[in-house]
Amino acid sequence: MNRRFLKGQRLIAVFAIGALLFSYPILSLFNRPQLLFGMPILYVYLFVTWAALIALYAFIVERRR
Amino acid sequence: MLQGGVVFLIILLYMGMLFALAHYGDKRAEQGRSIIRNPMVYALSMGVYCTAWTFYGSVGRAATSGVGFLPIYLGPTLMAGLWWFVLRKFIRISKMYRITSIADLAASRYGKSQLLGGFVALIAIAGIVPYISLQLDAVATTFNLIWNFPNIGQQTSIGQIFTVEDTAFYVAIVLAVFAILFGARHLDLTEHHEGLVAAIAFESVIKLLAFLAVGVFVTFVMYDGFGDLFSQAAAVPSLQRLFTFTPGEGPGGDVYGDWAWLTFLSMMAILFLPRQFQVAVVENTQERHLNRAIWLFPLYLLAINIFVLPIAIGGLLHFPDGAVNADAFVLTLPMAAGQEPLTILAFIGGFSAAISMVIMATVALSAMASNDLVLPLLIHFRLVRLNRGGDLSGLLLTIRRIAIVVIVLLSYFYFRLTGENNSLVSIGLISFAAVAQFAPTVLGGLYWRGGTRLGAFAGLTAGVATWGYTLLLPSMASNMWLPGTLVTQGPFGVEWLKPHALFGFIGYDPVPHAMFWSMTFNVGAYVMVSLFSKQTILERNQARLFVDVFTQPLGGEGQSLWRSNASTPALMDLLHRILGEKRTNEAMKTFALRQGVPWPMGDEAPPVVIEHAEMLLAGAIGAASAHVAVASVVQEATLSLDELMRMFDETTQVIAYSRDLEERSQQLERQSRRLEAAYTELQAANERLKELDALKDEFVSTVTHELRTPLTSIRAFSEILHDNPDLDTERRQKFLAIIMRESERLTRLINQVLDLAKMESGEMEWRRTPVDLADLIRDSAQSMGRLSAERQIELTLDLPARAPLILVDRDRIQQVVLNLLSNAAKFCDPDHGEVIVSLRVQPEWITVAVSDNGPGVPEEAQTIIFEKFRQLGNASRRRPQGTGLGLPISREIISHFGGQLTVQNNADAGATFMFTLPLDGAA
Repeated sequence: MNRRFLKGQRLIAVFAIGALLFSYPILSLFNRPQLLFGMPILYVYLFVTWAALIALYAFIVERRR
Repeated sequence: MLQGGVVFLIILLYMGMLFALAHYGDKRAEQGRSIIRNPMVYALSMGVYCTAWTFYGSVGRAATSGVGFLPIYLGPTLMAGLWWFVLRKFIRISKMYRITSIADLAASRYGKSQLLGGFVALIAIAGIVPYISLQLDAVATTFNLIWNFPNIGQQTSIGQIFTVEDTAFYVAIVLAVFAILFGARHLDLTEHHEGLVAAIAFESVIKLLAFLAVGVFVTFVMYDGFGDLFSQAAAVPSLQRLFTFTPGEGPGGDVYGDWAWLTFLSMMAILFLPRQFQVAVVENTQERHLNRAIWLFPLYLLAINIFVLPIAIGGLLHFPDGAVNADAFVLTLPMAAGQEPLTILAFIGGFSAAISMVIMATVALSAMASNDLVLPLLIHFRLVRLNRGGDLSGLLLTIRRIAIVVIVLLSYFYFRLTGENNSLVSIGLISFAAVAQFAPTVLGGLYWRGGTRLGAFAGLTAGVATWGYTLLLPSMASNMWLPGTLVTQGPFGVEWLKPHALFGFIGYDPVPHAMFWSMTFNVGAYVMVSLFSKQTILERNQARLFVDVFTQPLGGEGQSLWRSNASTPALMDLLHRILGEKRTNEAMKTFALRQGVPWPMGDEAPPVVIEHAEMLLAGAIGAASAHVAVASVVQEATLSLDELMRMFDETTQVIAYSRDLEERSQQLERQSRRLEAAYTELQAANERLKELDALKDEFVSTVTHELRTPLTSIRAFSEILHDNPDLDTERRQKFLAIIMRESERLTRLINQVLDLAKMESGEMEWRRTPVDLADLIRDSAQSMGRLSAERQIELTLDLPARAPLILVDRDRIQQVVLNLLSNAAKFCDPDHGEVIVSLRVQPEWITVAVSDNGPGVPEEAQTIIFEKFRQLGNASRRRPQGTGLGLPISREIISHFGGQLTVQNNADAGATFMFTLPLDGAA
């Protein structure tokens, strides 16, 4: 029960981080028309953050049970 | 060359494959070898979230507003982090109380209210039908596009053969048949549609692969990778605009506010869209599958979105004149490149995205419509009598099938009426906003016990009214159903009532604007009315069960609000007519056996059985109708509400009182136990004190006595010397010698008493150094040499040249050896004294033995001699010769170093004192 509770809390923490990273003013930092690795910097930021969130979710829920 | 016939054939083949797959899934489920009992399939089935909107519409939106399409997928990604709390609670509640839809959930939570269930079902249908029609539109439009292959024209009708409308109609019919076959085949206790879910999961794979294929083709074949695509776009100002946030359509242009509201909107949508609730909650086979979905579903969304912007930019670059609708780039780009197989694949991908949504949404809505709208109405108008008449399961199925057809046809007519002037995304967002209105009622109901039915009605009404006014109405106005001036100038020219700028608020785009106002009114009304209205008993009970679902025992039985019995035949008859005889008997028998109710039951069914029967029915006809149905066969004693409340309060008080009592008695018991323990401890301490006191008294008296003896003789001889100054020298010398010897004895005695006291109190200082015991014994023997020579004692040393070094206090051990030697010298045969000292090294011990040839130690005295001040009188001498502390001190020393000091008599004569010291202290 304890472990489950901890898992839930970790997931909520990642949710909170994600909510922060996907909102103003963090987003406005990347709101510029430059290219990074040949791609718009805003897109690179959004997709990399997105992937990182998924990786964190996976790490939290798929840890050795 | 793609001919219409070929396209038809491919669609038919694809549909045939889906039918076969769904059929296979159902068959496997019947055999108990489920193919969807798998976390992967579960996560994939959630991909029903991605509809034609995702497949075609995202590209269209990206082509006009850049990142604007992304919040719809970031929201669910964020929400997945909360699934472990929220969605798991949905699943648990639904499994325990056999909830089969959102409407059912709301109805059940707020006191099994048929009215509320119906209201929610109505909102859901009204909100989702336009969305379904959108999918039909997408299928028909793309079909016509591909029909004209490779001509990419503006025309949307297929010449003389048939129209877009016709295509949509046939698609609608086929999908309705599919939904009926696999979504409403029989009434199921669990409401699982395994074949359906298998087909949906399969379609999720197909649409992802198709979209990725188009994306890779556009990015890497038509263009030279991301870099090439984006650098070409960067050169065009209208395209470079898409790289950043572009101001919204609204006059205020708060892009970040819009973004945040859209994210929130999609977070709610992923929970409350009927089709999502169906796949994620109702069709969930095991709670733990959620684990995998938490990351796999967001990953799916990420994958299907990677190529959205590249395709949009590719399309805008390829068709620069804006002649081609951006919503169709996924299809028109492969067509323009003359890629027949890819075009077909893209079409199938979009087709599967659209139809999976239509099928799942229709099945979910039809369950709501039949259980929460039609059946309650039939019961209300007494067109159906649940407690009388024949088999009802057929009727229920028929209602559900008709509901499916009606919903699909409604969607079709909506599509016919509105035409095609809405973009895919905006209609979808209007639907999202409709289901988001469920959020306060459902989430509030699951986390706040205080939410009342009236509050739920108030919140939903306020929210839906606002939604209708700010979103639905304007969308119709733009289709010329209503005067367009409604939107531009406000109703009757009232400025502050303009639907897209309510109360003059112009900061947001229409959808965020509507979300802000509707959520404000919805939450506000829900909370305020809840706080000022009362719950019924049933409502209060349901609130408790739902909010605290994780602390309820699994299985959920045993909490019955039914207070009287029902006639068993009437109850069973009710179940038979709705669920069928065989399944009813099986389910009820299992339950009765588990609950210890005799089977077959007597004439009266007890409350727990009634409760369970109600739950079984809830799975088939919804919680609210099930409650009404069961109430019709239970002869509930007529109790007024006041009476019930009084009973409830009394019971609560009694329970609280008894709990209080129990707690107090436990406290008392704990206290008394503590007291008892303290008392025993005190007693023991007291006894120990008494013992110590006695010991001290004895010790003091012995010591005093021992001190007095030498003192007396010193004093006596001193007096003699003092009183007789003319004593001859020889005698004087003799007396003085006695005085000196007694003084020495006194000194030794005092030293030894101090030593012993220190040892016993643990204050002795021990200095451990490596010591060779053989050496030590030789030294001691040497210092004893004079004494033994004096008494003509033969001292034999039986020692090895070297002994292993051990860590001990050299002076103390020497004290022991000297003590033993002097004892031996004292007690050995006065004429032919013999003392033998030996040292033996054993594996773990060093043993030192000192034996003499004296009289030995009598058996009974062998323990006494180690006590303080107990020495054996020597028959030949009057006075004891030692202090009586030598052996006790020696024993203390030896045992301090972990050894033992013992005595035993020799076989022939004399005694052997032996001590051992452990080698583990070896240096």
